[in-house]
Amino acid sequence: MIVEIGHFAMILALCVAVAQSIMPMIGAARNNRAWMAVASPTATAQLGLLTIAFLALTFAYVTSDFSVQNVAENSNSLKPMIYKISGVWGNHEGSMLLWVLILALFGAIVAGFGRNLPPGLKSRTLAVQAMISVGFLLFMVLTSNPFDRLVPAPLDGKGLNPLLQDPGLALHPPILYAGYVGFSISFSFAVAALIEGKVDAAWARWVRPWALLAWLFLTAGIALGSWWAYYELGWGGWWYWDPVENASFMPWLVGTALLHSAVVVEKRDALKSWTILLAIITFSLSLIGTFLVRSGVLTSVHAFATDPDRGVFILGLLVIAIGGSLALYAWRAPMLQSGGLFQPISREGGLVFNNLLLTTAAATVLLGTLYPLFLEAFDGDKVSVGPPFFNATFIPLMVPLVVALGIGPLLPWKRADLAGALGRLKMAFLLAGMVALITAYLTWGKTVFGALGIGLAVWLGASALLELGERVGVGRVAFAEVLKRAAGLPRAAWGMTVAHFGLAITVAGITGAGLWQIESIQIMKPGDKVNVSSYEFVFDGADRIRGPNYVAERGNFTVKDGGRILTVLQPERRQYLVSGQDTTEAAILTTAMYDLYAVLGEPNGQGGWTTRLFYKPLVPWLWIGSVVMVMGGLVSLTDRRLRIGAPSRKLRVGAAARAPAE
Amino acid sequence: MTATVRPRTPAAMRKRRRLYIVLTGLTMLGMAAALVLTALEDNIVFFHSPSDIQAKAIASGQHFRMGGLVKEGSIKKAENGLVTNFVVTDLGHAVKVSYRGILPDLFREGQGVIAEGSLNPERVFVAREVLAKHDENYMPPEIAEALKKSGKWKHATGEDGKN
Repeated sequence: MIVEIGHFAMILALCVAVAQSIMPMIGAARNNRAWMAVASPTATAQLGLLTIAFLALTFAYVTSDFSVQNVAENSNSLKPMIYKISGVWGNHEGSMLLWVLILALFGAIVAGFGRNLPPGLKSRTLAVQAMISVGFLLFMVLTSNPFDRLVPAPLDGKGLNPLLQDPGLALHPPILYAGYVGFSISFSFAVAALIEGKVDAAWARWVRPWALLAWLFLTAGIALGSWWAYYELGWGGWWYWDPVENASFMPWLVGTALLHSAVVVEKRDALKSWTILLAIITFSLSLIGTFLVRSGVLTSVHAFATDPDRGVFILGLLVIAIGGSLALYAWRAPMLQSGGLFQPISREGGLVFNNLLLTTAAATVLLGTLYPLFLEAFDGDKVSVGPPFFNATFIPLMVPLVVALGIGPLLPWKRADLAGALGRLKMAFLLAGMVALITAYLTWGKTVFGALGIGLAVWLGASALLELGERVGVGRVAFAEVLKRAAGLPRAAWGMTVAHFGLAITVAGITGAGLWQIESIQIMKPGDKVNVSSYEFVFDGADRIRGPNYVAERGNFTVKDGGRILTVLQPERRQYLVSGQDTTEAAILTTAMYDLYAVLGEPNGQGGWTTRLFYKPLVPWLWIGSVVMVMGGLVSLTDRRLRIGAPSRKLRVGAAARAPAE
Repeated sequence: MTATVRPRTPAAMRKRRRLYIVLTGLTMLGMAAALVLTALEDNIVFFHSPSDIQAKAIASGQHFRMGGLVKEGSIKKAENGLVTNFVVTDLGHAVKVSYRGILPDLFREGQGVIAEGSLNPERVFVAREVLAKHDENYMPPEIAEALKKSGKWKHATGEDGKN
């Protein structure tokens, strides 16, 4: 019964979304207030209905109702409760339901908190948002209905893929989706602005917090996914340039560009049509990402069983959404008035440089991701484009970006003196050079790129701190005054410094993880010792243990550093009872400077085990850096001007956006 | 805001600015194109099925991907279990594969597998990497096609093709 209510609510939500996409649009065109006013209540109703649908599906999972096909295929009565719940979005149909739920949530937030938006812009934005809803709800109703019943109902379900039974992956999809879908708001705003033909500072001030919020979620989602792959898949890597990873990374790159160009629109009233274009491209890439993940057109280590018919449907949606918005852009963008002037060497110029590099990088990633498809279509050759391609194209584009990132924030708006800015960064340059030389000395005989990467990271971190120090007057005014100035600094400025510093930490992490890891694969018998870097791993044998829905062999490694015991690592080889699937659980010791990573392989039948041991310097910095970047974004989101808004067109940010700790 | 004395009109400056941006943009795209082209030349990896390997006489040492089914009863351990030797087949032809290290969780006889590496002079495929799949019912498209080509494709591999 409850399942049928959920099914009905989903169909009703589709009807509401159709109304929401048509009436406010007509109302705005004819300046009819009553029709425009339809937008907000329908947005709220859509959220309510989809919440009911989502709760109904969750209920089916929690109560293990195996008469629902989706539950029978993806859940099992033995599963721990948390994975019964996360199972709701651990499959195609459920994850699409989550997708539209988040879409409706964002729409409802705009409806609820956008009381001060001009009615025309608001109703058009909500109408565009509803059009996206219509597309995806149709997709669900027609091709991927999570509420389909199964007759006769099986006694027990098939169980969720054990690899997905992990706290990291319980959280990863909702967060990533909040990021993907969050960019729908900037897309809807951009399309609405194109229809209105008006983009100004108030518009940018409206869009920026949404873009920032989506960016926060996307950053956190990507980092979480990478972390999950790192500790769960047991292969020791953290990024594979896999199509599905690229699918989330491309919107991140262009979304980052969007965040920065929106600043220029807001402060200087320039780069307007470019910003609109970025908003369109960011969400288009999110849609392409959904298509790539859901259609199975590309071979991917993430490829779950997929269905090509769905791919065709999503492809159709993609063509309409991307083609339509780009056509609208081509038609309307030339009518946007150009704003403030600036010289090539200026803050604006720096941000343009950042934008060009980020979008070019996104384009190379897109090309590398789709190239196998093109080649197969034209030549019939099957190829794969892997990490070497991406490393060879992406990294050379990021190096100038990081160099420029150190300088950009010191340039004033309109026109700047590059030599002067560089002079102010002397200390950062010297420090980076020194650290690079020390790194080169310490890692003598290994690749020279290590020194380069660490040097870049230090350059970026030091120049971010120098810029902050200069702003608050370190060394020029008394300490008390420095504190006062620091407190008075806009949160956005703090956010920028923190986020840039986070990137510096991540760059160092990437360098260490990519270049200096030491791996050792061998057969070990109980009592055997292996040295990895300066750490001694002693294998104390393996024992059999029993988990809630699996049995496992657990290896015991005592790890010593110069005779001192650091930890005991206990990697597992699990066998899940329902599916019979095996998984490898790596054991990891994380410290501030390095990770030690142990994987237990198969027994060789003669008392020995295959073991794989890693020393991974600076790997924790990858995720520390991501967390710092997210914190920077959060700080920036609490900026007063985003809460108060422009005097003419007021703005409020959703309650979720306000830092609760304040 | 400040009315500095500039000889150019705002419109001319705007044009000039746009020119700079377009030029930088083109330079970057050119750079990126150059990077992409060189990288594509050196770094793409072709996929060959065991039948292709037979038919195309691929030179030893050439790096490529290969896939098919792990032949039943072919998995043998060597060097105390550290090295796994097995046979990959598309049911038309078969290739011997040797891999040193820990195999992915879903590696087993009768399952689809993709390996990356090269042939040694003895025509054994030495895999540097054996790719894992998340889902045991999933058949990588390359393998499905390799099987179809050799005429041995059975449509009963997926559970029901729906999920």
